Amino acid sequence: MTDGKAVIVVEGLSRRFGDVTAVNGLSLKIQEGEVFGLLGHNGAGKTTTIRLLTGVLSPHGGEARVLGLDPTRDGPALRGRTGVLTETPALDERLTARENLSYYADLYGVPRHEVPARVEGLLEEFELADRADEPVGRYSKGMRQRLALARALLPGPELLFLDEPTTGLDPVAAREVRELIVRLSGEEGRTVVLCTHNLVEAQRLCHRVGVLEHGRLVALGTPAELVRGLDRGLRVEVELSPGDEGAVGALRGLPGVLEVVEERPGLLGVKVASPRVVPEIAAAVVGAGGRLYRLQPQEPTLEDFYLALHGGKGGR
Amino acid sequence: MNRRAVLAIVRKDLRAVGRSKGVMLPLVLVPLVILGVMPAVVSWVPSLIPPEAMMGVEGFLARMPEGLRAELSGLEGAQRLLVLVLVYFFAPMYLIVPLMVASVIAADSFAGEVERRTAEALLYTPTTDGELFLGKVLAAWLPALGVGLGGFLLYGLVADLCTYRVVGRLLFPNPMWLVLLVWVAPAVAGLGLGTMVLVSSRVRTFQEAYQLGGAVVLPVLLLVVGQITGVLYFSLPVVALLGLLLWAVDAGLLWYGARTFRREALITRL
Repeated sequence: MTDGKAVIVVEGLSRRFGDVTAVNGLSLKIQEGEVFGLLGHNGAGKTTTIRLLTGVLSPHGGEARVLGLDPTRDGPALRGRTGVLTETPALDERLTARENLSYYADLYGVPRHEVPARVEGLLEEFELADRADEPVGRYSKGMRQRLALARALLPGPELLFLDEPTTGLDPVAAREVRELIVRLSGEEGRTVVLCTHNLVEAQRLCHRVGVLEHGRLVALGTPAELVRGLDRGLRVEVELSPGDEGAVGALRGLPGVLEVVEERPGLLGVKVASPRVVPEIAAAVVGAGGRLYRLQPQEPTLEDFYLALHGGKGGR
Repeated sequence: MNRRAVLAIVRKDLRAVGRSKGVMLPLVLVPLVILGVMPAVVSWVPSLIPPEAMMGVEGFLARMPEGLRAELSGLEGAQRLLVLVLVYFFAPMYLIVPLMVASVIAADSFAGEVERRTAEALLYTPTTDGELFLGKVLAAWLPALGVGLGGFLLYGLVADLCTYRVVGRLLFPNPMWLVLLVWVAPAVAGLGLGTMVLVSSRVRTFQEAYQLGGAVVLPVLLLVVGQITGVLYFSLPVVALLGLLLWAVDAGLLWYGARTFRREALITRL
Protein backbone atom coordinates (compact mmCIF):
# COMPACT_ATOMS: atom_id res chain seq x y z
CA MET A 1 0.00 0.00 0.00
CA THR A 2 1.36 3.41 -0.91
CA ASP A 3 0.81 6.22 1.54
CA GLY A 4 -0.67 9.58 0.86
CA LYS A 5 -2.97 9.54 -2.14
CA ALA A 6 -6.59 9.06 -1.19
CA VAL A 7 -8.57 7.21 -3.85
CA ILE A 8 -11.88 7.44 -2.03
CA VAL A 9 -12.84 10.41 0.13
CA VAL A 10 -16.31 10.32 1.62
CA GLU A 11 -17.81 12.96 3.89
CA GLY A 12 -21.19 12.57 5.56
CA LEU A 13 -22.60 10.37 2.82
CA SER A 14 -26.25 9.40 3.31
CA ARG A 15 -28.87 7.57 1.34
CA ARG A 16 -32.44 6.71 2.26
CA PHE A 17 -34.99 4.32 0.77
CA GLY A 18 -38.36 5.51 1.99
CA ASP A 19 -38.19 5.51 5.78
CA VAL A 20 -35.07 3.38 5.88
CA THR A 21 -31.68 5.08 6.00
CA ALA A 22 -29.36 2.64 4.24
CA VAL A 23 -26.21 4.75 4.59
CA ASN A 24 -26.10 7.29 7.37
CA GLY A 25 -23.44 10.01 7.51
CA LEU A 26 -20.60 7.82 6.25
CA SER A 27 -17.16 9.47 6.33
CA LEU A 28 -13.92 7.73 5.44
CA LYS A 29 -10.79 7.86 3.30
CA ILE A 30 -9.29 4.96 1.43
CA GLN A 31 -5.70 5.20 0.22
CA GLU A 32 -4.28 4.10 -3.09
CA GLY A 33 -3.23 0.44 -3.06
CA GLU A 34 -5.16 -0.27 0.11
CA VAL A 35 -7.31 -3.33 0.62
CA PHE A 36 -10.20 -1.96 2.63
CA GLY A 37 -12.71 -4.31 4.19
CA LEU A 38 -16.31 -3.22 4.52
CA LEU A 39 -17.95 -5.41 7.12
CA GLY A 40 -21.46 -5.60 8.44
CA HIS A 41 -24.57 -7.73 8.65
CA ASN A 42 -26.88 -8.17 5.66
CA GLY A 43 -28.65 -4.85 5.14
CA ALA A 44 -25.96 -2.89 6.99
CA GLY A 45 -25.39 -0.67 3.94
CA LYS A 46 -22.36 -2.26 2.25
CA THR A 47 -23.89 -2.74 -1.19
CA THR A 48 -25.58 0.67 -1.09
CA THR A 49 -22.18 2.18 -0.29
CA ILE A 50 -20.68 0.54 -3.40
CA ARG A 51 -23.58 1.82 -5.48
CA LEU A 52 -23.10 5.34 -4.16
CA LEU A 53 -19.35 5.25 -4.76
CA THR A 54 -19.79 4.12 -8.37
CA GLY A 55 -22.47 6.68 -9.19
CA VAL A 56 -25.17 4.08 -9.72
CA LEU A 57 -27.14 5.67 -6.88
CA SER A 58 -27.18 9.33 -5.91
CA PRO A 59 -26.70 10.32 -2.28
CA HIS A 60 -29.32 12.25 -0.34
CA GLY A 61 -26.63 13.94 1.68
CA GLY A 62 -22.87 14.36 1.94
CA GLU A 63 -20.32 14.08 -0.80
CA ALA A 64 -17.82 11.66 -2.25
CA ARG A 65 -14.75 11.86 -4.46
CA VAL A 66 -13.63 8.61 -6.05
CA LEU A 67 -10.46 8.60 -8.17
CA GLY A 68 -10.78 12.37 -8.05
CA LEU A 69 -14.25 12.28 -9.63
CA ASP A 70 -17.71 13.04 -8.35
CA PRO A 71 -19.64 9.76 -8.71
CA THR A 72 -22.98 11.48 -9.26
CA ARG A 73 -21.75 13.84 -11.96
CA ASP A 74 -18.96 11.76 -13.53
CA GLY A 75 -20.54 8.31 -13.18
CA PRO A 76 -19.69 6.95 -16.65
CA ALA A 77 -16.06 8.15 -16.50
CA LEU A 78 -15.67 6.77 -12.99
CA ARG A 79 -17.22 3.41 -13.82
CA GLY A 80 -14.83 3.11 -16.76
CA ARG A 81 -11.96 3.08 -14.24
CA THR A 82 -13.51 0.72 -11.68
CA GLY A 83 -14.37 -2.94 -11.65
CA VAL A 84 -17.22 -4.36 -9.61
CA LEU A 85 -17.79 -7.94 -8.60
CA THR A 86 -21.46 -8.07 -7.68
CA GLU A 87 -22.81 -10.29 -4.93
CA THR A 88 -24.42 -12.58 -7.50
CA PRO A 89 -22.31 -13.21 -10.63
CA ALA A 90 -24.92 -11.48 -12.90
CA LEU A 91 -23.73 -13.27 -16.05
CA ASP A 92 -25.89 -13.97 -19.06
CA GLU A 93 -26.24 -17.74 -18.85
CA ARG A 94 -27.24 -18.06 -22.50
CA LEU A 95 -23.88 -16.70 -23.63
CA THR A 96 -20.52 -18.41 -23.41
CA ALA A 97 -17.78 -17.18 -21.11
CA ARG A 98 -15.92 -15.72 -24.08
CA GLU A 99 -19.04 -13.93 -25.30
CA ASN A 100 -19.78 -12.55 -21.84
CA LEU A 101 -16.26 -11.13 -21.54
CA SER A 102 -16.21 -9.76 -25.10
CA TYR A 103 -19.55 -8.05 -24.50
CA TYR A 104 -18.27 -6.30 -21.40
CA ALA A 105 -15.03 -5.42 -23.19
CA ASP A 106 -17.15 -3.47 -25.68
CA LEU A 107 -19.15 -1.80 -22.92
CA TYR A 108 -15.97 -0.80 -21.07
CA GLY A 109 -14.38 0.47 -24.26
CA VAL A 110 -11.38 -1.86 -24.15
CA PRO A 111 -9.45 -1.06 -27.37
CA ARG A 112 -10.75 -3.40 -30.07
CA HIS A 113 -7.35 -4.80 -30.99
CA GLU A 114 -6.70 -5.72 -27.35
CA VAL A 115 -9.99 -7.51 -26.73
CA PRO A 116 -9.13 -11.05 -27.95
CA ALA A 117 -5.82 -11.17 -26.07
CA ARG A 118 -7.25 -9.68 -22.90
CA VAL A 119 -10.24 -12.04 -22.91
CA GLU A 120 -8.02 -15.03 -23.61
CA GLY A 121 -5.60 -13.99 -20.87
CA LEU A 122 -8.35 -13.75 -18.27
CA LEU A 123 -9.89 -17.06 -19.34
CA GLU A 124 -6.47 -18.67 -18.88
CA GLU A 125 -5.79 -16.91 -15.59
CA PHE A 126 -9.12 -18.03 -14.13
CA GLU A 127 -8.81 -21.55 -15.60
CA LEU A 128 -11.88 -21.23 -17.80
CA ALA A 129 -10.17 -21.50 -21.19
CA ASP A 130 -11.09 -25.16 -21.69
CA ARG A 131 -14.80 -24.38 -21.39
CA ALA A 132 -14.75 -20.84 -22.71
CA ASP A 133 -17.17 -21.64 -25.54
CA GLU A 134 -19.81 -23.34 -23.42
CA PRO A 135 -22.91 -21.45 -22.28
CA VAL A 136 -22.40 -20.14 -18.76
CA GLY A 137 -25.66 -21.84 -17.74
CA ARG A 138 -23.70 -25.10 -17.67
CA TYR A 139 -21.05 -23.74 -15.31
CA SER A 140 -20.70 -24.63 -11.65
CA LYS A 141 -21.18 -21.92 -9.03
CA GLY A 142 -17.44 -21.60 -8.56
CA MET A 143 -16.80 -21.23 -12.30
CA ARG A 144 -19.40 -18.49 -12.53
CA GLN A 145 -17.81 -16.68 -9.64
CA ARG A 146 -14.40 -16.92 -11.32
CA LEU A 147 -15.85 -15.62 -14.58
CA ALA A 148 -17.52 -12.71 -12.77
CA LEU A 149 -14.20 -11.90 -11.16
CA ALA A 150 -12.50 -12.02 -14.57
CA ARG A 151 -15.14 -9.60 -15.85
CA ALA A 152 -14.43 -7.20 -12.97
CA LEU A 153 -10.74 -7.20 -13.96
CA LEU A 154 -11.42 -6.89 -17.69
CA PRO A 155 -11.12 -3.09 -17.97
CA GLY A 156 -7.87 -3.08 -15.97
CA PRO A 157 -9.49 -1.07 -13.16
CA GLU A 158 -7.60 1.18 -10.76
CA LEU A 159 -10.24 0.53 -8.14
CA LEU A 160 -12.03 -2.74 -7.48
CA PHE A 161 -15.18 -3.31 -5.48
CA LEU A 162 -15.49 -6.96 -4.57
CA ASP A 163 -18.72 -8.11 -2.95
CA GLU A 164 -18.15 -11.51 -1.32
CA PRO A 165 -15.48 -12.61 -3.82
CA THR A 166 -14.85 -16.09 -2.41
CA THR A 167 -18.47 -17.11 -1.94
CA GLY A 168 -19.15 -20.39 -3.67
CA LEU A 169 -15.51 -21.15 -4.35
CA ASP A 170 -13.81 -24.33 -3.21
CA PRO A 171 -10.93 -23.86 -0.74
CA VAL A 172 -8.25 -23.97 -3.43
CA ALA A 173 -10.02 -21.46 -5.67
CA ALA A 174 -10.78 -19.24 -2.67
CA ARG A 175 -7.09 -19.19 -1.77
CA GLU A 176 -6.22 -18.27 -5.35
CA VAL A 177 -8.64 -15.36 -5.21
CA ARG A 178 -7.14 -14.18 -1.94
CA GLU A 179 -3.67 -14.38 -3.49
CA LEU A 180 -4.97 -12.44 -6.46
CA ILE A 181 -6.28 -9.69 -4.19
CA VAL A 182 -2.91 -9.48 -2.44
CA ARG A 183 -1.17 -9.28 -5.81
CA LEU A 184 -3.55 -6.66 -7.20
CA SER A 185 -2.95 -4.46 -4.21
CA GLY A 186 0.70 -5.22 -3.43
CA GLU A 187 2.32 -5.62 -6.83
CA GLU A 188 -0.04 -3.68 -9.05
CA GLY A 189 -0.96 -0.93 -6.61
CA ARG A 190 -4.70 -1.22 -7.20
CA THR A 191 -7.14 -0.28 -4.52
CA VAL A 192 -9.61 -2.93 -3.41
CA VAL A 193 -12.79 -2.42 -1.42
CA LEU A 194 -13.80 -5.81 -0.12
CA CYS A 195 -17.29 -6.45 1.23
CA THR A 196 -17.33 -9.69 3.13
CA HIS A 197 -18.90 -11.69 5.92
CA ASN A 198 -15.78 -13.80 6.08
CA LEU A 199 -13.94 -12.20 8.98
CA VAL A 200 -10.95 -14.52 8.77
CA GLU A 201 -10.54 -13.45 5.15
CA ALA A 202 -10.91 -9.79 6.09
CA GLN A 203 -8.31 -10.09 8.84
CA ARG A 204 -5.92 -11.83 6.49
CA LEU A 205 -6.34 -9.51 3.50
CA CYS A 206 -7.37 -6.06 4.63
CA HIS A 207 -5.06 -3.25 5.60
CA ARG A 208 -8.00 -1.58 7.31
CA VAL A 209 -11.61 -2.44 7.89
CA GLY A 210 -14.74 -0.44 8.54
CA VAL A 211 -17.78 -1.93 10.22
CA LEU A 212 -21.20 -0.71 9.16
CA GLU A 213 -24.26 -1.07 11.33
CA HIS A 214 -27.62 0.29 10.15
CA GLY A 215 -25.74 2.43 7.65
CA ARG A 216 -23.42 3.96 10.23
CA LEU A 217 -19.69 3.38 10.40
CA VAL A 218 -19.29 2.07 13.93
CA ALA A 219 -15.64 1.01 13.80
CA LEU A 220 -12.68 1.84 11.59
CA GLY A 221 -9.04 0.82 11.80
CA THR A 222 -6.54 -1.91 11.05
CA PRO A 223 -7.61 -5.36 12.23
CA ALA A 224 -4.80 -5.21 14.85
CA GLU A 225 -5.98 -1.83 16.17
CA LEU A 226 -9.55 -2.98 16.45
CA VAL A 227 -8.64 -6.22 18.20
CA ARG A 228 -6.30 -4.39 20.58
CA GLY A 229 -9.23 -2.35 21.76
CA LEU A 230 -11.04 -5.47 22.97
CA ASP A 231 -11.20 -5.59 26.76
CA ARG A 232 -11.23 -9.34 26.95
CA GLY A 233 -7.95 -10.53 28.48
CA LEU A 234 -6.07 -13.39 26.84
CA ARG A 235 -7.78 -16.68 26.23
CA VAL A 236 -5.82 -19.91 26.63
CA GLU A 237 -6.96 -23.36 25.60
CA VAL A 238 -5.83 -26.03 28.07
CA GLU A 239 -6.22 -29.73 27.32
CA LEU A 240 -5.99 -32.12 30.28
CA SER A 241 -7.06 -35.62 31.23
CA PRO A 242 -10.89 -35.58 31.35
CA GLY A 243 -12.28 -35.32 34.90
CA ASP A 244 -9.08 -33.97 36.46
CA GLU A 245 -10.84 -31.88 39.10
CA GLY A 246 -7.63 -31.23 41.04
CA ALA A 247 -5.97 -29.44 38.14
CA VAL A 248 -9.16 -27.48 37.37
CA GLY A 249 -9.35 -26.37 40.99
CA ALA A 250 -5.68 -25.33 40.94
CA LEU A 251 -6.30 -23.21 37.87
CA ARG A 252 -9.36 -21.54 39.38
CA GLY A 253 -7.26 -20.52 42.38
CA LEU A 254 -4.31 -19.25 40.34
CA PRO A 255 -3.64 -15.47 40.61
CA GLY A 256 -4.22 -13.75 37.24
CA VAL A 257 -6.80 -16.30 36.03
CA LEU A 258 -10.07 -14.48 35.36
CA GLU A 259 -12.29 -17.34 34.28
CA VAL A 260 -12.16 -21.08 33.69
CA VAL A 261 -14.80 -22.68 31.48
CA GLU A 262 -14.96 -26.40 30.78
CA GLU A 263 -15.88 -26.43 27.10
CA ARG A 264 -15.96 -30.23 26.85
CA PRO A 265 -14.49 -32.99 29.00
CA GLY A 266 -10.76 -32.37 29.14
CA LEU A 267 -10.79 -29.04 27.32
CA LEU A 268 -10.74 -25.81 29.32
CA GLY A 269 -11.06 -22.25 28.11
CA VAL A 270 -9.03 -20.15 30.53
CA LYS A 271 -9.14 -16.37 30.47
CA VAL A 272 -6.07 -14.74 31.97
CA ALA A 273 -5.17 -11.13 32.76
CA SER A 274 -1.82 -11.15 30.93
CA PRO A 275 0.53 -13.40 28.89
CA ARG A 276 2.77 -13.67 31.95
CA VAL A 277 0.21 -16.03 33.54
CA VAL A 278 0.56 -18.63 30.75
CA PRO A 279 3.64 -20.46 32.18
CA GLU A 280 1.96 -20.42 35.60
CA ILE A 281 -0.93 -22.42 34.13
CA ALA A 282 1.43 -25.18 33.09
CA ALA A 283 3.08 -25.15 36.51
CA ALA A 284 -0.28 -25.22 38.33
CA VAL A 285 -1.58 -28.20 36.33
CA VAL A 286 1.61 -30.20 36.80
CA GLY A 287 1.83 -29.14 40.46
CA ALA A 288 -1.70 -30.49 41.05
CA GLY A 289 -0.65 -33.85 39.57
CA GLY A 290 -2.54 -33.32 36.34
CA ARG A 291 -1.48 -34.42 32.86
CA LEU A 292 -1.16 -31.53 30.44
CA TYR A 293 -1.62 -32.40 26.76
CA ARG A 294 -1.87 -28.95 25.22
CA LEU A 295 -1.57 -25.30 26.24
CA GLN A 296 -2.43 -22.80 23.52
CA PRO A 297 -2.82 -19.03 23.93
CA GLN A 298 -5.49 -17.71 21.54
CA GLU A 299 -4.86 -14.31 20.02
CA PRO A 300 -8.07 -12.28 19.75
CA THR A 301 -9.34 -12.08 16.21
CA LEU A 302 -11.37 -9.71 14.11
CA GLU A 303 -14.25 -12.13 14.58
CA ASP A 304 -14.00 -11.66 18.37
CA PHE A 305 -14.06 -7.92 17.84
CA TYR A 306 -16.99 -8.09 15.45
CA LEU A 307 -19.04 -10.30 17.72
CA ALA A 308 -18.25 -8.12 20.73
CA LEU A 309 -19.26 -5.05 18.74
CA HIS A 310 -22.58 -6.57 17.83
CA GLY A 311 -23.31 -7.69 21.36
CA GLY A 312 -22.50 -11.33 20.67
CA LYS A 313 -20.08 -13.60 22.43
CA GLY A 314 -16.86 -11.68 22.78
CA GLY A 315 -14.49 -14.59 22.89
CA ARG A 316 -14.59 -18.15 21.75
CA MET B 1 -23.12 8.61 -27.82
CA ASN B 2 -20.95 5.49 -27.63
CA ARG B 3 -22.05 3.60 -30.75
CA ARG B 4 -19.86 0.63 -29.96
CA ALA B 5 -21.57 0.09 -26.61
CA VAL B 6 -25.03 0.51 -28.15
CA LEU B 7 -24.27 -2.03 -30.88
CA ALA B 8 -22.77 -4.40 -28.32
CA ILE B 9 -26.04 -4.33 -26.35
CA VAL B 10 -28.05 -4.97 -29.53
CA ARG B 11 -25.80 -7.86 -30.58
CA LYS B 12 -25.78 -9.42 -27.13
CA ASP B 13 -29.55 -9.20 -26.68
CA LEU B 14 -30.20 -10.72 -30.09
CA ARG B 15 -27.71 -13.49 -29.49
CA ALA B 16 -29.28 -14.28 -26.12
CA VAL B 17 -32.81 -14.22 -27.55
CA GLY B 18 -31.72 -16.51 -30.38
CA ARG B 19 -30.63 -19.09 -27.80
CA SER B 20 -33.79 -18.97 -25.73
CA LYS B 21 -36.37 -21.54 -26.88
CA GLY B 22 -39.10 -19.92 -24.81
CA VAL B 23 -38.59 -16.63 -26.62
CA MET B 24 -37.80 -17.98 -30.08
CA LEU B 25 -40.77 -20.34 -30.30
CA PRO B 26 -43.46 -17.64 -30.59
CA LEU B 27 -41.16 -15.54 -32.76
CA VAL B 28 -40.99 -18.31 -35.36
CA LEU B 29 -44.36 -20.00 -35.00
CA VAL B 30 -46.70 -17.01 -34.95
CA PRO B 31 -45.43 -15.41 -38.20
CA LEU B 32 -45.37 -18.82 -39.92
CA VAL B 33 -48.96 -19.55 -38.95
CA ILE B 34 -50.38 -16.08 -39.60
CA LEU B 35 -48.44 -15.26 -42.74
CA GLY B 36 -47.68 -18.69 -44.20
CA VAL B 37 -50.32 -21.25 -43.24
CA MET B 38 -53.39 -19.04 -42.89
CA PRO B 39 -53.27 -17.39 -46.36
CA ALA B 40 -52.78 -20.81 -47.93
CA VAL B 41 -55.83 -22.17 -46.10
CA VAL B 42 -57.90 -19.08 -46.86
CA SER B 43 -57.07 -19.40 -50.56
CA TRP B 44 -58.83 -22.76 -50.64
CA VAL B 45 -62.02 -21.49 -49.07
CA PRO B 46 -63.74 -20.15 -52.24
CA SER B 47 -63.32 -23.51 -53.95
CA LEU B 48 -65.14 -25.13 -51.03
CA ILE B 49 -68.11 -22.77 -51.09
CA PRO B 50 -71.01 -24.11 -53.20
CA PRO B 51 -72.27 -21.64 -55.84
CA GLU B 52 -75.62 -21.16 -54.07
CA ALA B 53 -73.79 -20.13 -50.87
CA MET B 54 -71.89 -17.43 -52.75
CA MET B 55 -75.10 -15.41 -52.62
CA GLY B 56 -74.62 -15.09 -48.87
CA VAL B 57 -71.10 -13.86 -49.46
CA GLU B 58 -72.44 -11.28 -51.86
CA GLY B 59 -74.83 -10.12 -49.13
CA PHE B 60 -71.88 -9.82 -46.76
CA LEU B 61 -69.94 -7.78 -49.33
CA ALA B 62 -72.91 -5.49 -49.72
CA ARG B 63 -72.46 -4.39 -46.09
CA MET B 64 -68.86 -3.30 -46.74
CA PRO B 65 -68.01 0.42 -47.06
CA GLU B 66 -68.66 1.95 -50.45
CA GLY B 67 -65.01 2.63 -51.17
CA LEU B 68 -64.17 -1.01 -50.63
CA ARG B 69 -67.06 -2.15 -52.82
CA ALA B 70 -65.73 0.15 -55.54
CA GLU B 71 -62.29 -1.40 -55.23
CA LEU B 72 -63.78 -4.86 -55.57
CA SER B 73 -66.00 -4.01 -58.51
CA GLY B 74 -65.11 -5.76 -61.69
CA LEU B 75 -64.19 -8.94 -59.84
CA GLU B 76 -66.26 -12.09 -59.77
CA GLY B 77 -67.54 -13.84 -56.62
CA ALA B 78 -64.54 -16.02 -55.69
CA GLN B 79 -62.08 -13.34 -56.80
CA ARG B 80 -63.85 -10.77 -54.66
CA LEU B 81 -63.76 -12.97 -51.62
CA LEU B 82 -60.05 -13.67 -51.99
CA VAL B 83 -59.11 -10.02 -52.50
CA LEU B 84 -61.33 -8.95 -49.61
CA VAL B 85 -59.86 -11.43 -47.17
CA LEU B 86 -56.23 -11.57 -48.27
CA VAL B 87 -55.66 -7.92 -49.16
CA TYR B 88 -57.93 -6.16 -46.66
CA PHE B 89 -58.93 -8.40 -43.75
CA PHE B 90 -55.41 -9.79 -43.35
CA ALA B 91 -53.76 -6.37 -43.30
CA PRO B 92 -54.30 -5.80 -39.55
CA MET B 93 -53.46 -9.46 -38.89
CA TYR B 94 -50.10 -8.82 -40.51
CA LEU B 95 -49.46 -6.03 -38.01
CA ILE B 96 -49.68 -8.52 -35.16
CA VAL B 97 -46.34 -9.98 -36.28
CA PRO B 98 -44.01 -6.95 -35.79
CA LEU B 99 -46.02 -6.03 -32.70
CA MET B 100 -45.50 -9.45 -31.16
CA VAL B 101 -41.83 -9.70 -32.10
CA ALA B 102 -41.02 -6.30 -30.59
CA SER B 103 -43.05 -7.08 -27.46
CA VAL B 104 -41.45 -10.47 -26.80
CA ILE B 105 -37.89 -9.24 -27.28
CA ALA B 106 -38.49 -6.06 -25.29
CA ALA B 107 -39.97 -8.07 -22.41
CA ASP B 108 -36.90 -10.32 -22.42
CA SER B 109 -34.52 -7.41 -22.77
CA PHE B 110 -36.00 -5.08 -20.16
CA ALA B 111 -37.90 -7.20 -17.60
CA GLY B 112 -35.90 -10.38 -18.30
CA GLU B 113 -32.62 -8.66 -17.55
CA VAL B 114 -33.97 -7.57 -14.16
CA GLU B 115 -35.39 -11.04 -13.49
CA ARG B 116 -32.07 -12.74 -14.26
CA ARG B 117 -30.22 -10.04 -12.28
CA THR B 118 -27.84 -9.57 -15.21
CA ALA B 119 -28.85 -5.90 -15.18
CA GLU B 120 -26.77 -5.31 -12.06
CA ALA B 121 -23.41 -5.88 -13.74
CA LEU B 122 -24.60 -3.88 -16.75
CA LEU B 123 -25.41 -0.89 -14.55
CA TYR B 124 -21.84 -0.82 -13.21
CA THR B 125 -20.42 -0.30 -16.70
CA PRO B 126 -19.54 3.15 -18.09
CA THR B 127 -22.50 3.13 -20.49
CA THR B 128 -24.91 6.00 -19.93
CA ASP B 129 -28.62 5.52 -19.24
CA GLY B 130 -29.35 6.83 -22.76
CA GLU B 131 -27.00 4.33 -24.40
CA LEU B 132 -28.47 1.44 -22.43
CA PHE B 133 -31.99 2.51 -23.36
CA LEU B 134 -31.17 2.99 -27.03
CA GLY B 135 -29.36 -0.35 -27.23
CA LYS B 136 -32.29 -2.19 -25.71
CA VAL B 137 -34.85 -0.36 -27.85
CA LEU B 138 -32.95 -1.17 -31.05
CA ALA B 139 -32.46 -4.78 -29.95
CA ALA B 140 -36.24 -5.20 -29.95
CA TRP B 141 -37.16 -2.89 -32.82
CA LEU B 142 -34.70 -4.02 -35.52
CA PRO B 143 -35.68 -7.71 -35.42
CA ALA B 144 -39.34 -6.69 -35.52
CA LEU B 145 -38.61 -4.83 -38.77
CA GLY B 146 -36.68 -7.82 -40.10
CA VAL B 147 -39.41 -10.32 -39.25
CA GLY B 148 -41.99 -7.85 -40.58
CA LEU B 149 -40.18 -7.72 -43.92
CA GLY B 150 -39.67 -11.49 -44.03
CA GLY B 151 -43.32 -12.02 -43.13
CA PHE B 152 -44.41 -9.58 -45.84
CA LEU B 153 -42.42 -11.48 -48.46
CA LEU B 154 -43.68 -14.86 -47.24
CA TYR B 155 -47.27 -13.68 -47.14
CA GLY B 156 -47.10 -12.09 -50.58
CA LEU B 157 -45.50 -15.19 -52.06
CA VAL B 158 -47.96 -17.65 -50.52
CA ALA B 159 -50.98 -15.48 -51.34
CA ASP B 160 -49.91 -14.90 -54.94
CA LEU B 161 -49.05 -18.55 -55.51
CA CYS B 162 -52.35 -19.74 -54.08
CA THR B 163 -54.63 -17.17 -55.75
CA TYR B 164 -53.10 -16.54 -59.16
CA ARG B 165 -55.17 -19.24 -60.87
CA VAL B 166 -58.41 -17.78 -59.53
CA VAL B 167 -57.67 -14.06 -59.63
CA GLY B 168 -55.55 -14.06 -62.78
CA ARG B 169 -53.14 -11.40 -61.52
CA LEU B 170 -50.70 -10.86 -58.64
CA LEU B 171 -52.29 -9.41 -55.49
CA PHE B 172 -48.93 -8.53 -53.95
CA PRO B 173 -47.11 -6.26 -53.70
CA ASN B 174 -49.66 -3.48 -53.85
CA PRO B 175 -49.45 0.18 -52.72
CA MET B 176 -51.50 -0.25 -49.54
CA TRP B 177 -49.42 -3.19 -48.30
CA LEU B 178 -46.19 -1.38 -49.18
CA VAL B 179 -47.29 1.53 -46.98
CA LEU B 180 -48.21 -0.99 -44.34
CA LEU B 181 -44.70 -2.45 -44.56
CA VAL B 182 -42.60 0.70 -44.56
CA TRP B 183 -44.79 3.07 -42.52
CA VAL B 184 -47.21 1.21 -40.25
CA ALA B 185 -45.30 -1.98 -39.33
CA PRO B 186 -42.30 -0.07 -37.87
CA ALA B 187 -44.74 2.11 -35.94
CA VAL B 188 -46.72 -0.82 -34.60
CA ALA B 189 -43.42 -2.46 -33.56
CA GLY B 190 -42.66 0.77 -31.71
CA LEU B 191 -46.04 0.53 -30.00
CA GLY B 192 -45.28 -2.97 -28.72
CA LEU B 193 -41.84 -1.90 -27.66
CA GLY B 194 -42.95 1.31 -25.94
CA THR B 195 -45.71 -0.52 -24.08
CA MET B 196 -43.29 -3.17 -22.93
CA VAL B 197 -40.77 -0.57 -21.72
CA LEU B 198 -43.55 0.99 -19.68
CA VAL B 199 -44.80 -2.32 -18.30
CA SER B 200 -41.29 -3.61 -17.60
CA SER B 201 -40.57 -0.69 -15.31
CA ARG B 202 -43.35 -1.95 -13.04
CA VAL B 203 -42.87 -5.71 -13.02
CA ARG B 204 -40.05 -8.06 -12.14
CA THR B 205 -40.34 -10.98 -14.55
CA PHE B 206 -40.45 -11.63 -18.28
CA GLN B 207 -43.74 -13.52 -17.94
CA GLU B 208 -45.44 -10.71 -16.02
CA ALA B 209 -44.28 -8.18 -18.59
CA TYR B 210 -45.37 -10.31 -21.50
CA GLN B 211 -48.80 -11.04 -20.01
CA LEU B 212 -49.52 -7.42 -19.07
CA GLY B 213 -48.01 -5.99 -22.24
CA GLY B 214 -49.99 -8.50 -24.33
CA ALA B 215 -52.98 -6.19 -23.98
CA VAL B 216 -51.37 -4.03 -26.65
CA VAL B 217 -52.66 -6.46 -29.26
CA LEU B 218 -56.25 -5.39 -28.50
CA PRO B 219 -56.26 -2.26 -30.71
CA VAL B 220 -55.02 -4.40 -33.60
CA LEU B 221 -57.80 -6.91 -33.01
CA LEU B 222 -60.26 -4.01 -33.01
CA LEU B 223 -58.99 -3.10 -36.47
CA VAL B 224 -59.65 -6.68 -37.61
CA VAL B 225 -63.18 -6.56 -36.18
CA GLY B 226 -63.72 -3.07 -37.60
CA GLN B 227 -62.98 -4.33 -41.08
CA ILE B 228 -65.08 -7.49 -40.83
CA THR B 229 -68.08 -5.52 -39.58
CA GLY B 230 -67.65 -2.95 -42.32
CA VAL B 231 -66.96 -0.03 -39.97
CA LEU B 232 -63.71 0.79 -41.79
CA TYR B 233 -61.45 -0.64 -44.42
CA PHE B 234 -57.72 -0.37 -45.00
CA SER B 235 -57.65 2.13 -47.83
CA LEU B 236 -54.38 3.88 -48.60
CA PRO B 237 -55.32 7.12 -46.72
CA VAL B 238 -56.61 5.16 -43.70
CA VAL B 239 -53.39 3.15 -43.51
CA ALA B 240 -51.26 6.29 -43.85
CA LEU B 241 -53.28 7.98 -41.09
CA LEU B 242 -53.10 4.92 -38.88
CA GLY B 243 -49.32 4.98 -39.21
CA LEU B 244 -49.19 8.65 -38.26
CA LEU B 245 -51.32 8.01 -35.20
CA LEU B 246 -49.15 5.09 -34.13
CA TRP B 247 -45.95 7.11 -34.57
CA ALA B 248 -47.40 9.84 -32.35
CA VAL B 249 -48.28 7.28 -29.64
CA ASP B 250 -44.80 5.72 -30.02
CA ALA B 251 -43.14 9.08 -29.56
CA GLY B 252 -45.06 9.63 -26.32
CA LEU B 253 -44.38 6.14 -24.99
CA LEU B 254 -40.68 6.17 -25.82
CA TRP B 255 -40.22 9.70 -24.47
CA TYR B 256 -41.78 8.61 -21.20
CA GLY B 257 -39.85 5.33 -21.24
CA ALA B 258 -36.54 7.12 -21.76
CA ARG B 259 -37.35 9.49 -18.89
CA THR B 260 -38.12 6.63 -16.50
CA PHE B 261 -35.26 4.37 -17.62
CA ARG B 262 -32.79 5.38 -14.91
CA ARG B 263 -30.01 3.35 -13.35
CA GLU B 264 -31.12 4.41 -9.97
CA ALA B 265 -34.67 3.11 -10.48
CA LEU B 266 -33.44 -0.11 -12.06
CA ILE B 267 -30.91 -1.01 -9.40
CA THR B 268 -33.34 -0.55 -6.57
CA ARG B 269 -35.60 -3.14 -8.21
CA LEU B 270 -32.88 -5.81 -8.14
